[in-house]
Order: sequence, then C-alpha cells, then structure tokens
Amino acid sequence: MSAPLSANAGLLITIVKIVLLLFIVLTVNAYLTWFERKVVAHIQSRWGPHRVGPHGLLQPLADGVKFLFKEDPTPAGVDKFVYYLAPLLALSLALTSIAIIPFGPQPVHLFGRDIYLGIAPPDLNIGILALFAITALGVYGVALAGWSSNSKYSLFGGLRSSAQMVSYELALTMSVVGVLLMAGSFNLRDIINAQARHPERGILGWNVWPQILGFFCFFTAAIAETNRAPFDLPEAEQELVGGFHTEYASFKFAMFFIAEYTSMITVSCLCAIMFFGGWLSPFPASWTFTHYLPSVLLIPFGLWVIMDGVRYETVFGRVVLPAVGTVIVALGLAFIVLPSVKEFVQGPFWLMSKILVFLFVYVWMRGTLPRFRYDQLMAFGWKLLLPVSILNVIVTSFVIVAKMQWGGP
Amino acid sequence: MTAPLVVFFVLAALAVIGAVSLILQKHPIHSALSLIVVMVALAGLYLLMGAEFVAAVQIIVYGGAIMVLFVFVIMLLNAGVEERTSLSKMAGAPGLLLAVALAAFVAATIARSGAGVQTVAQTGSLASTRDISSMLFKDFVYPFELTSFLILVAILGAVVLAQREKS
Repeated sequence: MSAPLSANAGLLITIVKIVLLLFIVLTVNAYLTWFERKVVAHIQSRWGPHRVGPHGLLQPLADGVKFLFKEDPTPAGVDKFVYYLAPLLALSLALTSIAIIPFGPQPVHLFGRDIYLGIAPPDLNIGILALFAITALGVYGVALAGWSSNSKYSLFGGLRSSAQMVSYELALTMSVVGVLLMAGSFNLRDIINAQARHPERGILGWNVWPQILGFFCFFTAAIAETNRAPFDLPEAEQELVGGFHTEYASFKFAMFFIAEYTSMITVSCLCAIMFFGGWLSPFPASWTFTHYLPSVLLIPFGLWVIMDGVRYETVFGRVVLPAVGTVIVALGLAFIVLPSVKEFVQGPFWLMSKILVFLFVYVWMRGTLPRFRYDQLMAFGWKLLLPVSILNVIVTSFVIVAKMQWGGP
Repeated sequence: MTAPLVVFFVLAALAVIGAVSLILQKHPIHSALSLIVVMVALAGLYLLMGAEFVAAVQIIVYGGAIMVLFVFVIMLLNAGVEERTSLSKMAGAPGLLLAVALAAFVAATIARSGAGVQTVAQTGSLASTRDISSMLFKDFVYPFELTSFLILVAILGAVVLAQREKS
C-alpha cells in the first residue's frame, strides 16, 4: 500500500491543493459580494448589509442558502442542452484560470517534498498564454446562455458580450506583450523574477513604470473582458432586464455570478503579477525591518475588531467579533515569534494586499463611473485601446533593442 | 498502458466524436459547439506532444477568436434548424464514400511508413516558443511578412465591401 501511495503522492498533493484552492476562492467570492455591497453602499451614503450577523458578515451565507433553495424553472422553448451547459462552462473555465496563478515564491517543505503555492507546476512555460486560452473560451458561457434562453433580452446580451469580448481581447493580448518582451518569458514566475533584477530599487523596479501605457490598456480591457461596470453592457438592467442571465434562476444564476467574481480575482492577480511585482515587496530588499509589516498591520486591526465587538449591539456580535479579533492578533503575534513563518508569509502577504487593492478599484469604478454607450464602447476599444497598445509594443521593443545595442541600465 | 497513451486515446476519441457530431447535428450552433470540442481536443494532443505554444495558440485563435465569430454570426442571423432537401440527402452517399477512401488512404500511408511515424509523447518542448519565433523571423521571414501583407489586403477588402453596402 505504501509503495503506490508514495508513487502517486504528487497526484494526491495536487488534488488536495485543488480542493483547498476551490474552498478558498469560493469563500473569497462570497465575501467579495459582501465587500462590494458595503463599499458601493458607503460610496452612495448608505449602510449596506448589516442585519444578518455582525456588520452583515453572514449575508453571503444567507444569499447562498437562498440561491440553493429557490425554485429553478426552465423557460419554455429553450435549447435544453446548451441552456444547462452555459453556466457550467462559465463557472468551470473561470475556476480553471485560477489554477495558473502562482501565489508565493518559496515552496513549503512537507512530507519531504517541495510544495509550491499554486496548482500549476512552477516551470509552466506558457503560463500567460494558457490563461489567455482559458479566457478566450470563457466568452462561450455568456454567448451560449444568451442564445439558448429563447428570449430577446438574453439574445441581445449574448450578442453584445461576444462582440465586446472579441473586440477587447485583441487589446488585452497586445497590452501584455511589452511585459513579455521585458521578461523574455511567458512564465508568470519569470515575469515576477524579472522585476526583481534590481532588488535595491524596490517599487521602482516594477513593470508598471516602463509599461504604464500597457497597464492602463490591460486593466481597461480586462474590465471589459470580465463584463464589469462601466463595461457591463451584456447585463445592462435598464435596457435588457438582466441581459444574458435574464432567464436563469436559482443556482444556475449563482454560477454565472461566481464565475464573474472569480474572473475579477484572476484579473486582479494578473495585474499584480505582471505590472506590480507580484509577491515582491515595494521596499528595497535591504530594509529587513519591513518584514514586520504584516504583524504591524494585523495586530492593531485585530485589537480594533475586539474593541468594536465588545461594544456591539447584538449578543452574537459581542461573542463572535472579539473571537475573530483575537485570532487576528494571535496570527500577527505568531509572525513575530516565528521568524521562519514571518519570512514565508512575506510573498503571499504582498500578493494578497495587491489583489485586494485591485478588487477595491473594481468596486470603486462600479460605484463611480456611468456605463458606456454601445457605440462608444466599440470606438473606445478599436480606436483608442488597440492603437495605444500596439504603440506600446513598438516603443518597448525599440527601447530593448537600443539597450542591447548600446548598453544601458 | 502508460498515462500519456490513455490521455491520447481520450483526446483522440473526443476529437473524432466532435467531428462526427459536427456533421450529424441539425442546428448550426450545435455544429459550431462540436467544432469547438474538436479544436480543444486537438490542442490537448499538441500539448501531449510537447508543443505548448502551438496548443495555446490553437485554443486562442481557433477555439477562441474564430469560433466566437462563427457563433456570433449564427446568433446574429438567428439561423434555424438546417433543412434537409432530397438533394442534400443524396449528397450523403458519395460523401461517405469519399470519407472512407480518404481514411483508407491516410491509414495506408501511415502503415507503409511504419516506424517512421512516432505516436509516443515527446518529452521536453521540441517546438518551444523560442524555436518557433526564430524560425518565423529568421528562416521564413519573407513568407511570414508576405502572409501578413496578404491578411492586411483581406482586411482592407472587407472594409471596402462593408462600406459599399452602406451607401
């Protein structure tokens, strides 16, 4: 028994990693809805969810239960096979794309093996191309949902979405070519390591400075690609009821919802990795005292949660919030006490912080910007984003060749 | 049976089933979906042979861009179920005959070349991105540039045709 077990240990570890990552991503998804509702509410001077659990923290749980137990009618005249396939396709492709993302530089040593954070092997040479391949297929979920629902609103949503995705995919792909040229690799780990060539520069070594044009093109195109505001025309509720998911209810609707939030996380990961140094610290490598930053942030936050919880109105909140705060403080203290753990969490800490910032920007834009008109959307994609990203590629390649020719920093 | 061989047969079966279903389906959208399955299965086969770049590009270009355009056009025209006329039914018989002849021809060619054809998965990326790019931009740079010029002409032609229709 032990021989086959050790032979298949790699497979076993991968399966455990997949289950763990799925659990984490789905939980983060659930709390992303809470985060979005809270932030948009505060932008609009409202409270947001605050009835279910302390600060509305159990709202995602209530939503999940509601999704599961709602009636799930199938409209008349739908193409059954495609109608059921579409949400499944959308969700599975969105979740697959997360598998490509590396989450930390060093492997964990467990059971005599090096276990890397992230599912794909660290030497996946086509990293970013594999991600683009998965997102290229992602459009079918939305387009087929719109077509199969046998409803004019859904059809318009599906049409808009496929036209939008085809238009913005070009700009999305072209905008990262500059980064790929600078790194000389498709591998996401190599792209991050290329930004650490001058460890003493810290934040100034990141790709976002030389590739500032590429970054704006990428982020704009990526928002359009994930169908988020201000590019959410496929589900513009004032014109198309619910767009491509008008005819979907219950858990099939939830699958589209989870797919959208998962792609938001993927895009945030990509922005952080390709333009903002991934898991690299923004400080110069010689500033080792900045390694205490996770603790410095976690302990006051935990103390604040305890303080807030003790004064909370409901008994449940007075019990749960201090308990959560204590866990956060303990985590912060553990990072100080155990130096090896402190060093290990540096990479994931910075990556998570950057992802959180981009998720906030996503929500912030939704709360601030009005939706594009359809012709504006097309003109913006073809006449501005695409030429600018091509210009970025040309300028970057000329600079790289010039540096190779005459030397330089 | 080794693991790559199992994966190969699964992908090959998927590609063949997709291709057969592409012909047999009556609705254009179902046919387009079958074609996507074929494209993705082929990409999987390329990946199995160590051609990572070709596999990714296969999905991005064929599975993504081109098939999205197909699906878009089918949706835009709101095409219904395909009509079977007596002539199209009659065309099935010679078509089947031709397909059998082609399959026999390919099988005979493979059988004759014998050990020359390798079906085993190659380890390491033979067709790495670096090799492909140096081949495209060094050895075949003129055909490559000529092809891009041809595509540009095609794009201009499409724009001119679309403009003429408007006025």
